[in-house]
Amino acid sequence: MEFWIYFATKPLFWLVVTLSVFIVAVRLNRLMQGTPFLHPVLVSMLIIISFLLLTNTSYEVYFGGAQFIHFLLGPAIVALAVPLYDHFSRIAQMWLPLLIVCVTGALTAILSVLAIGYLFDLPDAVLLSLAPKSVTSPIAIGIAEKIGGLPSLAAGLVLITGAMGGVLAPFVFKLIKVDDDVVKGFSLGLAAHGMGTAYAFEFSALAGAFAGLAMGLTGLLTAFLLPLVVSLLGF
Amino acid sequence: MLNGFLALLLCQLLGEWVVLATSIPVPGPVVGMVMLLVLLMFNKRIPESVRSVSESLLRYLAFLYVPAGVGLMLHLEIISDYWLAILVSLFVSTFITLLVTAWIFKILIKKVKKSEAL
Repeated sequence: MEFWIYFATKPLFWLVVTLSVFIVAVRLNRLMQGTPFLHPVLVSMLIIISFLLLTNTSYEVYFGGAQFIHFLLGPAIVALAVPLYDHFSRIAQMWLPLLIVCVTGALTAILSVLAIGYLFDLPDAVLLSLAPKSVTSPIAIGIAEKIGGLPSLAAGLVLITGAMGGVLAPFVFKLIKVDDDVVKGFSLGLAAHGMGTAYAFEFSALAGAFAGLAMGLTGLLTAFLLPLVVSLLGF
Repeated sequence: MLNGFLALLLCQLLGEWVVLATSIPVPGPVVGMVMLLVLLMFNKRIPESVRSVSESLLRYLAFLYVPAGVGLMLHLEIISDYWLAILVSLFVSTFITLLVTAWIFKILIKKVKKSEAL
């Protein structure tokens, strides 16, 4: 009997908390005219972390419930094949520019964050957790583990990057006069992974498809490139 | 919708197996995404069940990141020591990455269009 009581209360409770906090955060964001500064994901993280600290609840206990949401990230990434298939002819047509942009973009993301972090004298473990910041969390977690960063720190930094991508993108696109949804989507997916992709879908389905493509490609490339770059830089 | 969900999970499972067997440094779901894409190309169209479940999952993609993000609470000490340096690094680097990516892409597209026009 005890097993069932446990099962029915704890995981379910944290599942309900996560869902309701997120719904409130989305409402709040709409109330503020969708400002990316109050990204629903960041607001939810802040509220839930404060709540857990106030109630002295450990992350393990929280994750016991929240893992059911986290689990859906896997099939959601597989699902990106659908918008990719929809726009496959356009992607196949421009595979070479896409590949060039992806390699330069991924290297820019890695090297710029390492250089700036190095200027600030950040410890190696933090630098190595910053390095995969433009890659979707499941990949970033794997990479951070491999190169000696802190996986759960890397996952959180990835999300902050994602929200920043949404804040910066409209400004950058205006600055260099980008009006092509393909370019917008691809840049967002490359620099800001899944959150950038979610943001790109608000421009158009085409932008979303290219963002998803950029996210997948950048993830793959970074998974191969980052361990190399890190050993070349002598960490 | 259930068939579609099963299709996504099967692709992910196969992807995880491939990663386990070959120890390539890529997460299983990404391999699963490539597999689904290949399957769709053989099939030449997207089954309605796959489309509906995929589109609903992608609509809530941002939400799915919340549990992992709450994991930041495990590193409050590091964050309170270095929060400004971390935020500035992320902000400047994300700005540079967006700028470089969009700019190079714009130039390349212009070149491609020019060579097509010739």
